[in-house]
Amino acid sequence: MKIVVTVKLVPDTNAEKRIDPGTQRLIRTGVETVLNPYDEYALEAALALKEKLADGSTVTVLAMAPEATKETLRKALAMGADDAVFLTDAALAGTDTLGTADVLAHALKNIGFDLVICGGLSDDGSTGGVPGALAEFLAVPGITNARSLEIIDGRVHAQRETDNGYQVVSAALPVMLSVTMAVGEPRYASLKGIMGAKKKPIAPMALANIGAPGSAGAAGAKISLLSTAPPPVRGKAKVVEATDGLSGAQAVLDFLKERKLV
Amino acid sequence: MNFDLTDEQKAIQSLARDFARGEVAPRAEEMDREEAFPYELVRKMADLGFMGLPFPEKYGGSGADTISYALAVMEIARIDASTAITMAAHVSLGASPFYLFGTEEQKQKYLVPLAQGKMLWGFGLTEPGAGSDAGNVATKAHLRDGKWIVNGTKAFITNSGTDMSGGTTITAATGTRPDGRKEISNLIIPQATPGFTRSKKYKKMGWRASDTRELAFVDAEVPEDSILGERGQGLKQFLKILDGGRISVAALSVGLAMGAYDEALKYAKERHAFGQPISSFQAIQFKIVDMLCEIELAKNMILKAAWEKDQGRDFNQTASMAKLYAGEVSRRVVNEAVQIHGGYGFMDEYPVSRMYRDQKINEIGEGTNEVQRVVLARMLGL
Ligand SMILES: Cc1cc2nc3c(=O)[nH]c(=O)nc-3n(C[C@H](O)[C@H](O)[C@H](O)COP(=O)(O)OP(=O)(O)OC[C@H]3O[C@@H](n4cnc5c(N)ncnc54)[C@H](O)[C@@H]3O)c2cc1C
Ligand SMILES: Cc1cc2nc3c(=O)[nH]c(=O)nc-3n(C[C@H](O)[C@H](O)[C@H](O)COP(=O)(O)OP(=O)(O)OC[C@H]3O[C@@H](n4cnc5c(N)ncnc54)[C@H](O)[C@@H]3O)c2cc1C
Repeated sequence: MKIVVTVKLVPDTNAEKRIDPGTQRLIRTGVETVLNPYDEYALEAALALKEKLADGSTVTVLAMAPEATKETLRKALAMGADDAVFLTDAALAGTDTLGTADVLAHALKNIGFDLVICGGLSDDGSTGGVPGALAEFLAVPGITNARSLEIIDGRVHAQRETDNGYQVVSAALPVMLSVTMAVGEPRYASLKGIMGAKKKPIAPMALANIGAPGSAGAAGAKISLLSTAPPPVRGKAKVVEATDGLSGAQAVLDFLKERKLV
Repeated sequence: MNFDLTDEQKAIQSLARDFARGEVAPRAEEMDREEAFPYELVRKMADLGFMGLPFPEKYGGSGADTISYALAVMEIARIDASTAITMAAHVSLGASPFYLFGTEEQKQKYLVPLAQGKMLWGFGLTEPGAGSDAGNVATKAHLRDGKWIVNGTKAFITNSGTDMSGGTTITAATGTRPDGRKEISNLIIPQATPGFTRSKKYKKMGWRASDTRELAFVDAEVPEDSILGERGQGLKQFLKILDGGRISVAALSVGLAMGAYDEALKYAKERHAFGQPISSFQAIQFKIVDMLCEIELAKNMILKAAWEKDQGRDFNQTASMAKLYAGEVSRRVVNEAVQIHGGYGFMDEYPVSRMYRDQKINEIGEGTNEVQRVVLARMLGL
């Protein structure tokens, strides 16, 4: 079967993030681009599934991002994805979450799929809105927050994480599924994978290839971003130096009592 | 001129960094304390392709270049020198002799499993009485009934006695040359050879998790075809092996310095004295800046040597300078890193104290500082 993993390319998760006051968008210059960490879990789930099925199933990664970030996809190929589709178009700048889901749905219909696996959340935009909307636009069952999955007789069986446990759900393919970090630690890209990745194809895709959906770009956005603000600066932490655990615990307790927190 | 790494080199560097931070860092302190050889890490490094990093795929390697190899050693040494030397000695001293000089049959038999990291291999040059003067080999081998009979002792041999060590290649006098001097050859000695024994691990000041042993040969018998490549070429061969090894030892030194720098920088921002972070004192700032400058310089020298090697050029002088300079930089940097930590730097639970102990060998192994200077002076025709 054909598994497609949607990966967002995000600014280095360890880098300090700054917003351009003019455009209200994240400043990307000088910051390295990486695979959205949650999407590495999605890719891991896809690769593990492919290995388990061992029936010629393939894993394709799909990213929609600015042209300059394309080579970041090599890491997904080095980890073991068979090929990649890179959707880029100047007209995509400013696409909102709903628009992203719509555009990705157009791309996925063009590529073809049996199973779409998304990360649960992007590290930068962080709306978590794409997966659900994607299932809707694709008109396929959507299973969000899966912690494990398997394929039995053409159906996905998954455990969905909830606040107080998990649900066991199942749906007939094709399916859109998003995963949590409980699916398993992403593998390292091996040296062999890195050396082989340059030979794997990254197919370019533009809006014109997928029927130029009107939801794309700032013009198609239904949400306008009015303003952004940095998080409040955290006050100075109080450091307690303790010679042993007990006196340390006592110091913490005194501190909490002083503030009437206990 | 272009200082950019290729996408592939960057990817290998970041893989090594992720691996070192994710897998090696959590174990480094305990491995050092317990003198525990990193079997599990070696197995993982083998799976990822590190143990055969610069060898062609057809010999089980990963097919990457020397620059990538140097970058990988740096990133691992940045976290733990014992793990880094285990990998670097395996690649540069254990496996590369087969790649450089082995017959096709020896390559298939030894290089392939070594590059795949299925077993480790040592290189035994040093003897109790022959270190810097490594050509002065006392270990002897003579032919009897189509077998080499080996007698002698080797000292300080890395990776020679682990549960996954397959054997060691040693230098031995295999006869006398027409000019009356010793004929030296490299002999391939598998672990199970009768008459070949390994001592217990040495107790070491640094590199404590790495495996270093003394080897004894008492009428040890190996088949006649156990000569690596050509008979009588031992001296030339080991000099060439050490040339390549210098790049990786230099990378190890600068990697260690980078690790000590990382720790010092972090600590300087956290630690307060006189009501301010110690990083606000100019005396500390100057140390940190000097450390960074020296690291950058040493790193550039190593990458240049690696680049020259990848271009098929003569790299010996640059590699020798890099080994010498990086070794001394690592000493100055770990020293200042401990200084910046104050008393805490003297305590076992701070990584800089381990780095301080791990550093000294960088100026001794694979050619001491003095020997590097002798070699370089000779290259200058002095
Ligand atoms: C030219 C161009 C410029 C862009 N500039 C920005 C920008 O400055 N800031 C920004 O945040 N976004 C930018 N995007 C991407 C897009 O607008 C966002 O992806 C969108 O807002 C999704 O919202 P989210 O990040 O909250 O996703 P979430 O809903 O939090 O993401 C959940 C999951 O959806 C999938 N997903 C989300 N976005 C993408 C994507 N783009 N490609 C593939 N899979 C995806 C992933 O699997 C992810 O784990 C740009 C895209 C293009 C083509
Ligand atoms: C942990 C560890 C791992 C090792 N791994 C290996 C290995 O895998 N394989 C292997 O073959 N060897 C290995 N060695 C050995 C190492 O390469 C030697 O210790 C090193 O080459 C120095 O030799 P030596 O100890 O005999 O010192 P010596 O040669 O006795 O030197 C003593 C001092 O005299 C100086 N000196 C010597 N000659 C001169 C000269 N001509 N001019 C000026 N000064 C001089 C030296 O610089 C040094 O300061 C290892 C050593 C250690 C400690």
